[in-house]
Amino acid sequence: MALPPFQRLLDEHGRDVHAFLVASVGRSDADDCYQETWLAALRAYPRLGHAGNLRGWLLTIAARKALDLHRRRRRAPVALANPEEALPAEPASEPVPNGLVSEDLWTAICGLPPKQRAAVILRHLLGADYATVAATLATSEAAARRSVHEGLKRLREEHGVEWST
Amino acid sequence: MSGPPDLTRALERAGLVDVAYVVDASPVGELLLAATAAGLVCVHYLRAGSDLDQALELISNRLSPRVLRAPRRLEQPRRELDEFFAGRRRDFATPLDLALVKPGFTRRVLEQTARIPYGRTVTYREVARQAGNDRAYRAAGTALGSNPLPIVVPCHRVLHSGGGLGGYTGGLDIKRRLLTIEGVLTRREPD
Repeated sequence: MALPPFQRLLDEHGRDVHAFLVASVGRSDADDCYQETWLAALRAYPRLGHAGNLRGWLLTIAARKALDLHRRRRRAPVALANPEEALPAEPASEPVPNGLVSEDLWTAICGLPPKQRAAVILRHLLGADYATVAATLATSEAAARRSVHEGLKRLREEHGVEWST
Repeated sequence: MSGPPDLTRALERAGLVDVAYVVDASPVGELLLAATAAGLVCVHYLRAGSDLDQALELISNRLSPRVLRAPRRLEQPRRELDEFFAGRRRDFATPLDLALVKPGFTRRVLEQTARIPYGRTVTYREVARQAGNDRAYRAAGTALGSNPLPIVVPCHRVLHSGGGLGGYTGGLDIKRRLLTIEGVLTRREPD
C-alpha cells in the first residue's frame, strides 16, 4: 500500500498528537516536542515501507520525544524504568482538546498519575489499541491494560466520572 | 487557547519538503500548483473535491510522499500565472521540473509545445511532426492530454487542422478562455 501524502497525516492527526503531548509534558514544552515529533516523522517517512497504523507510528514518535524531554530535564535519568517520575503530574489546567471530551472529564484525566493519564488518553481519546499503548509507553501490553484499567477506576471512584464512550 | 502550531516553515527549513503545493483560485477555476526543489512540477485543474486527494496521491506515489502544503515555494509561478490571466505576461520564466512527463514521444511533444509562441496556434499534426512522427497526431493528442503543466506548457495552443478546438485537459471552456486571453479568439466568436 502506497504512503499517503504527508500533509494528510498532519491534517488528520496533528491535533491529537498535540493533545497527547500537552498531557504528557505540559503546555509550555508541548510545542517544541510537537515540532520535533513531526520533523522526525517527515525525515523517516519515505523509508517507512508500510502505510498501516500511521497514527500509532506518530504517537510512538511523540511519546519518545516526550521521554527525551524528561531525560533532558534530568528529572528522571532512567525515564522508562520509572514513568511515574518521568511524566510529571500536571496541574489540572490544560485546555480541553476541542470536541474530544467534556471539560469535567478532561480536568479529571489531567489529575491522574502520569502513566495512567497517558494510557487513558492513548486508549480512549486517541483510540490506540493496547499494542500501541504498550509500545508508546515502552511497557508490556499487560501493564498497558492495567494502567488504563486503574486510570478508569480512579476516574470513577475519585471523580464520579463514568466513561461514556 | 491554541491548537497545534503551524510547522510549515520549520519543515521547509529542515529541507524535508520534497514537493510543496498550494491550491489557488484563478479565473479558470481552482488550480493545484506543486513544485519540487527543481521547479514547478504540476498544474492541475481541480473540478471536484476528491480531485485534490487523487492528484496529491499521484504526486506522492510518483515523486515522493514528503508532500506538504507550503505556499512559499510557489510564489513565482503564482505571480506569473496571475500576470498571464491579467494579460500582462506572455512567457513564463519560472523553472520547470518535467519529472511527471513520460519520457520519449510524450516528452518531445511537450517540449515542442513549450516553444509555441504566445498568441499563435499549431495543429496536432504539426506538433507530431516536430516531435518526430507526423503520422502520430492522435498520439500527440494523447501526449498533450497528459500534460502535467497546462497553461505554462501551452497545450491550449494546439488545435485541429480544420480550425476546431480539439480537446483540452481542463475542458473546452477553459481552452477557449485561454485563447481569448491571448487574442487568438475574440469574446463573441464561436469555435
